[in-house]
Amino acid sequence: MRETLIKQRYRLGTKGWFYAGRYGIERYLYIFHRISGLGIILYLSLHIILTSTRIFGQGIWVASMEMVDKPIFKFGEYLVVAAFIYHALNGLRLFFIELSFFIGKPSRQDYPYTTSVKRQRPFVYLTMIALLCLLVIMSVDFYFI
Amino acid sequence: MPLLTFKIQRFDPEKDKEPYMQEFTFEVEKGLTILDCLNYIKENLDATLSYRASCRMGICGSCAMLINDYPRLACETQVLVLGKTLIEIKPLPNYPLVKDLIVDLTPLFAKHRAVKPYVIHPDERQPEKEFIQTNQEQTKYLQFAYCLKCGICLAACPTVATADNFLGPQALAQAYRYNSDTRDNGLKDREKIIDSSYGLWRCHMAGACAEACPKGVDPALAIQLMKKETILGKKKNIAPLALPLVGVEPRPGIPKAPERTVK
Ligand code: SF4
Ligand code: FES
Repeated sequence: MRETLIKQRYRLGTKGWFYAGRYGIERYLYIFHRISGLGIILYLSLHIILTSTRIFGQGIWVASMEMVDKPIFKFGEYLVVAAFIYHALNGLRLFFIELSFFIGKPSRQDYPYTTSVKRQRPFVYLTMIALLCLLVIMSVDFYFI
Repeated sequence: MPLLTFKIQRFDPEKDKEPYMQEFTFEVEKGLTILDCLNYIKENLDATLSYRASCRMGICGSCAMLINDYPRLACETQVLVLGKTLIEIKPLPNYPLVKDLIVDLTPLFAKHRAVKPYVIHPDERQPEKEFIQTNQEQTKYLQFAYCLKCGICLAACPTVATADNFLGPQALAQAYRYNSDTRDNGLKDREKIIDSSYGLWRCHMAGACAEACPKGVDPALAIQLMKKETILGKKKNIAPLALPLVGVEPRPGIPKAPERTVK
């Protein structure tokens, strides 16, 4: 009993997703990827529930549309689009990395060690720049046009 | 000599309910490692401090701990290189705690064993002669063969933080190491274990294992290469056995080799 208690305490758990030490940017992108993915799923289910109110007739549909016609929901929608862009771009990066592009080959290791993570880092920066550009375009489109 | 404070996590399962931090302050000189400082504390300040270490040269893999929020080998980390006057030392996360800085590495070894980390020969017979392997063939796995089983990569991995049964970077890297060895023919055997949702495919390339590994093993690289090979298929030569020597007479006076003891 005592032993299992100790065990549970020392697995980092979801806390380990957020902060576990001073690691590279990829470890935090991983967590963002999960959160944005969960956010998109949550949005999808809400979206399906909300639009399905149409089968109860025009009145209920209009009422539910009015309910979500508030700045807070608009901001939520904005976040969903941002999460989607992030998830898609980072997913594309992972797709290439998991097919072993940009990570190099096994080699004899000498100090200071180089790693696959360092080798693919320029690709991370590129993804982030693309993300930033798309976010700017999206924000302008969302709030000003 | 600079004055440093060490904050060390203490926990004795027979006495304490919760771990707590204990402070020690003393002067250190240049060149001392964290392990040297722990030895100093044990010899001069508090003999009850427990930690594990043996080789003090980065080869046995027993002194891994969380030093200033980063998993490192205590014997390979110089105190002054950290550039801090407060040094916080905790046991490795993601493992059951035994006492003070000692964690139970049983999960690591169990996962390591699960991937059959040994050369599985093409046929049942023991080879009669040595295998011929080129340098290039060796380079394909050598990097991964340097693993110490220190357990740092599992402490760094965010997937291990929530999934106990994930094989983890260490075991997967070893699976790749043996799969890439031209003397080995165990790919099919290992595939059953690694090509599963708690094997290969639970890695999402957070890369922390590769960065934290003290031996440059780069488990992340091994895992991504293995993902590609699992999807596209792996091509590998099987190392030939050396040809038997013919027409060679031993020089006079050289005794005959003893009979083999392993059949
Ligand atoms: S791969 Fe590196 S970090 Fe992981 S157990 Fe082996 S030596 Fe330690
Ligand atoms: S004491 Fe052996 S690796 Fe540190």
